Amino acid sequence: MEVLAYQGLIGLSSAMYLWLISAGLTIIFGVLGVLNFAHGSLFMLGAYLGYTLYGVVGLPFGVAVLASMAAVALLGAAVERGLLRPLYGLDPSYQLLLTFGLVLFLDDLAKLVWGGVFRIPPIPPWLQGSVVLFGRPYPLYNAFLMATGALVGGGLWVLFDRTWWGRAVRATAADRDMAAALGIRTPGVFSSVFMLGSALAALGGALSTPVRPVAPGIGAAMIVQAFIITVIGGLGNLRGAFAGSLLVGVLSSYGTLWFPEFELFFVFAIMAAVLLVRPQGLFAR
Amino acid sequence: MLVVEGLVAGYGSSAVLHGVDFEVREGEVVALLGRNGAGKTTTLRAVMGLVKVRGGRVRFRDTELAGRAPFEVAHLGIAYVPDDRRIFPDLTVEENLLLARYASGRHGAWDLDRVYRLFPALRELRHLRGTQLSGGQQKMLAVGRALMSNPDLLLLDEPVEGLAPLVVRQLEQTLREIRQAGVTILLADQNLRFCRRVADRGYVLDKGAVQVGGPMEAIASDERTVRQYLAV
Ligand SMILES: Nc1ncnc2c1ncn2[C@@H]1O[C@H](COP(=O)(O)OP(=O)(O)OP(=O)(O)O)[C@@H](O)[C@H]1O
Ligand SMILES: [Mg+2]
Repeated sequence: MEVLAYQGLIGLSSAMYLWLISAGLTIIFGVLGVLNFAHGSLFMLGAYLGYTLYGVVGLPFGVAVLASMAAVALLGAAVERGLLRPLYGLDPSYQLLLTFGLVLFLDDLAKLVWGGVFRIPPIPPWLQGSVVLFGRPYPLYNAFLMATGALVGGGLWVLFDRTWWGRAVRATAADRDMAAALGIRTPGVFSSVFMLGSALAALGGALSTPVRPVAPGIGAAMIVQAFIITVIGGLGNLRGAFAGSLLVGVLSSYGTLWFPEFELFFVFAIMAAVLLVRPQGLFAR
Repeated sequence: MLVVEGLVAGYGSSAVLHGVDFEVREGEVVALLGRNGAGKTTTLRAVMGLVKVRGGRVRFRDTELAGRAPFEVAHLGIAYVPDDRRIFPDLTVEENLLLARYASGRHGAWDLDRVYRLFPALRELRHLRGTQLSGGQQKMLAVGRALMSNPDLLLLDEPVEGLAPLVVRQLEQTLREIRQAGVTILLADQNLRFCRRVADRGYVLDKGAVQVGGPMEAIASDERTVRQYLAV
């Protein structure tokens, strides 16, 4: 029994960086209507930057994480304004091609800068050690991941539900033209949402490195999982992404316990099961 | 206040408006009339910047509107009530209203309290979501939302379409109140009787251009115009 509960906790902590990457992906899709293939690569960049700034440059961990988020957010803004904006009126396949091209570009860039090997920064000293949960020591870092994920979830809820910026974003997502006719600066909404999504991916990446080595190509692995999670939750739905992350994180943690060789298969199976029951995803309207 | 000259606009490869000319003066209520598909909605959307202006001029006071984004037009003091209302479904009635004020950045005499006084029913409904309202209630909310941006010019598309006769009477009164508050109104409607009661002047659209323009009374009493362009 304790083993099961404990394995669930391990799953919960990996659910948290799945949540961070899926949250950004689903927000961007919900508001801009763009399915960003390169979102996993932004996660990867966040991981590399976090690794470099903390593990190599030696900045304090928190500062390194925030700086990677800021850098990736700026890159996101540049991508949205410079590359995506001219494509909005065109066939969606152009956006897919562009973001897929970005995956290849960012992967090669990562290879050039960081080489092809795995990188793992140390866990910051204040997050080393463990807490006792269900009678077993549980890594403090994983507990920290869970707390951060929950905090980000609460923060996003406040941001979208309780602020005027959030209401303007929801209005833009529901009806772009009418939002603009009311005076909402929809191009600014697009950029800021893309920046927010990028920053969340970078946060997930930067926090994942001490427990999950980073190498070129992890972007592709992450985007597959994040896509599955957002489809499970209902495309564009934030609560759905949260529920989907928990489901995938926890269930695949049990999956690896019993059938270690089938991890990704397990994730697909969860998606298939959900879609059989609710083809529109768990939380879609 | 608003001067439209030779307005050309359309969708995709088809031009809908081939050169529309009309004018709205400060304090007036002006009606755009015309049959289904005459281009009334397209004209309002072109003024708002929601449809691209392909030719001609759209001047609001001293500003050229052609080529501007809708949010810029809104900030200049023009508000739009679409024919299909377009209430934001997952915002409450009150959030729909306040968002318009926040987004336009135009604070003035119109605020929540004044809109609720104009539409007392909305006060009762203020915590409901947009999707929970009836069609008529959504219409009120769409007008109230537009007023929350303190517009100088209000564009109203099909304000009475689908409303019961009693409600139409109320709306006439409401429009008079809005007008007395100093808001100029350009409305598009096929309902000649309604337009005759609320508008000062009218323009009849057909084949993408204004065919007849003048005092509303003269248009409505000219049998030839009514038969040729307005009778169904
Ligand atoms: N989104 C659109 N895409 C393509 N064509 C459109 C679109 N909207 C309108 N049209 C066409 O443009 C023409 C003018 O339409 P518009 O809606 O401006 O007319 P209207 O005078 O408002 O008519 P109604 O009284 O039915 O509201 C019509 O022929 C219509 O089919
Ligand atoms: Mg119309």
